[in-house]
Amino acid sequence: MSLPETPDARPVRVVLPAHLRALAGVQGEVRLRVDAPVTTGAVLDALEARYPMLRGTIRDQDTLRRRDFVRFFACEQDLSHDAPDRPLPAAVAAGSEPLLVVGAMAGG
Amino acid sequence: MTSVRVLVGTRKGAFILRSNGARASWEVDGPHFPGWEIYHVTASPADPQRLYASQSSGWFGQVVQRSDDGGRSWHPVGNRFSYEGAPGTHLYYDGTPRPFEFTRVWHLEPSPADPDTVYAGVEDAALFRSSDGGQVWEELPALRGHRTATDWQPGAGGMCLHTILLDPVDPQRMFVAISAAGAFRTDDAGQSWTPINKGLRSDGIPDADAEVGHCVHRLAMHADRPSTVFMQKHWDVMRTDDAGGTWREISGNLPTDFGFVIDVHAHEPDTVYVVPITSDSQHFPPEGQLRVWRSRTGGDEWEPLTRGLPQRDCYVDVLRDAMAVDSLEDCGVYFGTTGGQVYVSPDAGDTWSAIVRDLPAVLSVEVQTLP
Repeated sequence: MSLPETPDARPVRVVLPAHLRALAGVQGEVRLRVDAPVTTGAVLDALEARYPMLRGTIRDQDTLRRRDFVRFFACEQDLSHDAPDRPLPAAVAAGSEPLLVVGAMAGG
Repeated sequence: MTSVRVLVGTRKGAFILRSNGARASWEVDGPHFPGWEIYHVTASPADPQRLYASQSSGWFGQVVQRSDDGGRSWHPVGNRFSYEGAPGTHLYYDGTPRPFEFTRVWHLEPSPADPDTVYAGVEDAALFRSSDGGQVWEELPALRGHRTATDWQPGAGGMCLHTILLDPVDPQRMFVAISAAGAFRTDDAGQSWTPINKGLRSDGIPDADAEVGHCVHRLAMHADRPSTVFMQKHWDVMRTDDAGGTWREISGNLPTDFGFVIDVHAHEPDTVYVVPITSDSQHFPPEGQLRVWRSRTGGDEWEPLTRGLPQRDCYVDVLRDAMAVDSLEDCGVYFGTTGGQVYVSPDAGDTWSAIVRDLPAVLSVEVQTLP
């Protein structure tokens, strides 16, 4: 599905780990409309609004704190420890690079 | 035609095993939710097509799944388990206070009357209830708010509320068990709770017969006799006949009185099953022989059941939620192992065979008897 690109409705791309794709029933990347400023928090808000079954699996539902074993990468950077209201890289906001939601590499 | 459906939770997904009343040949369906830990899958007594599953992951937390068609299809429901009010503290392994923090759902117990009402026992120990089919979960906070909760401490598996028994006669009464706090009873639908641990003695706590601190592994009850409850404690097999007022030991001639599971025959309230396990910490059957022990006298006198079970080189464990009985005329008994076997006895324990041998480690086994 193509989405209109406007300054306030950007097609942000999100790559979910396999377990969360299965839970949400999606294949491949997720594309979301996110109002500017495009931040991790705003992307997760939009993701959870579209896929309510993901609530609590990436961040705590009450505190909104990122789960310990989940990481956020984009543009070859680790954004996991950025504040949730910090704008994401311009390439993510523009939809040219995806935000990667990654399960920490810890066996299992 | 009568059939049975065995619901199996494992470390890496859920499986559903189906057979007719002969329980000789089986269809294996799964894995459902592959890769996730399934601590429990269970069914509503009020609607056998309604199933609930606790799905969890160290990475992605808790999910609750519901099926309305007997496990053919599933959909996620609510997974918000928020403690009511200030979480308070319990004791950590080192004896220091630590705040209650939700980790996972260990056990789901549907109401016998309403398929949309289901209780959840969670880690850190608390009791939740949903009355809308699992969409919204609300804590029954009086349990975690009990005056003794600051002294509860985790067992090796975590500080879990793992057993919920709903009294089949009195809807106001239920029993729960917490490792390592003990057993508790409510007579007012969860508004207040009484520790029911009189008669228990436990090594490893400062006061061996303390009001709380006992590592109760499992409780079991027969529906026709709800004041009689059987208990497999960390050590000791116990029995109460006054709804937990006092307990007495019934370990009798068991080769070891450590174990996890305990269950009661569907039609004989004094026929009880356990699987003795060597401990401390070894957690495999004595002498490499997997034996279910049965008492037909409500405890004290036990007989080993071995036909069809491995009697050499067997070093699996049988975890606390991994035994169940069906309600066919010839009562079937089922249990699962950490080695991935699920065994069935279609004749109350006399003979056994493996339904499956190579599942992931089994965490829970439930069985439905279907018309």
